[in-house]
Amino acid sequence: MSSLDHAAVHQPHRDDYGSRMGMWLFLFTELILFGGLFIIYAVYRFVHQQEFHLAAQELNTTIGLINTIALLTSSMTAAMSITAMQKGNVRFSKALIWVTIGFAFVFMVNKYFEWGSKISHGIYPGSKDLLAKPEGEILYFGLYYVMTGLHTLHVIIGVIFFLFILRQIKQGKIASDRYVRLENSALYWHLVDLIWIFLFPLFYLIH
Amino acid sequence: MSEHHHEESHVIEYGSYIFIWLGLLAFTGITVTVSGINLGNWTIVIALFIACVKSWYVLNYFMHMKYEDTIFKVFILTALFTFFIFLGFTFWDYSFTR
Repeated sequence: MSSLDHAAVHQPHRDDYGSRMGMWLFLFTELILFGGLFIIYAVYRFVHQQEFHLAAQELNTTIGLINTIALLTSSMTAAMSITAMQKGNVRFSKALIWVTIGFAFVFMVNKYFEWGSKISHGIYPGSKDLLAKPEGEILYFGLYYVMTGLHTLHVIIGVIFFLFILRQIKQGKIASDRYVRLENSALYWHLVDLIWIFLFPLFYLIH
Repeated sequence: MSEHHHEESHVIEYGSYIFIWLGLLAFTGITVTVSGINLGNWTIVIALFIACVKSWYVLNYFMHMKYEDTIFKVFILTALFTFFIFLGFTFWDYSFTR
């Protein structure tokens, strides 16, 4: 091996294009994961239209709407943090990531109160009150808990991703010339937003 | 790097994001308003249509799909095609076995 080859080997390997592609492939597995649940929802709604209708009246549209706005806005700030990083404005980029995390907490606090009020009214999977209801309503609330629960788990994971990103920015591992991890975390965050775009009308807006 | 992996990163301005965000909020407003009007089965159709439009904007602008290579778009179409096969066959099955 010549000394020239050696120098090439010591170049740190980097493939932002491949990295983003990998992230997208992962997001498609997420699409199928949530997609399966959406299909179950579609079939049961088709079978129990009236009961889904009744059950949905118990959800608070305002909370759903606030959470929609929170996620849309956080999606924007996440996307903007990439622009800031590209322009070399690291401080602004970090601030935007914190804002994104802030909106994630708004979402989760809302969800906490929403679930809390449902649970205090005796509506949770396997509860006596719920099992006394017609089959369609049991299915609706089962799907509600599983789908919004799995979605909120993704919100939590998204926050963890962003906290890692903030740490790596501090360590200088993410900078204005290497930010693909920030891009990938933002992609994950947008997926969380995308799923909510469908969850909101399907669960909260059946009137 | 290799031939086709041209890494010119596309910078989207803050203003464009705000514009898209306002659009997304407007679409959300429309969905909520429409859901209050009794349109029977059309309500769900309109709600899903608006959700698809919103997703299109999120995918293209927030997720930069518009600026990615064709192969990314082929991926996403394949994933959606797969999903719709699942959806279609499930409903097909349901409407014959019930």
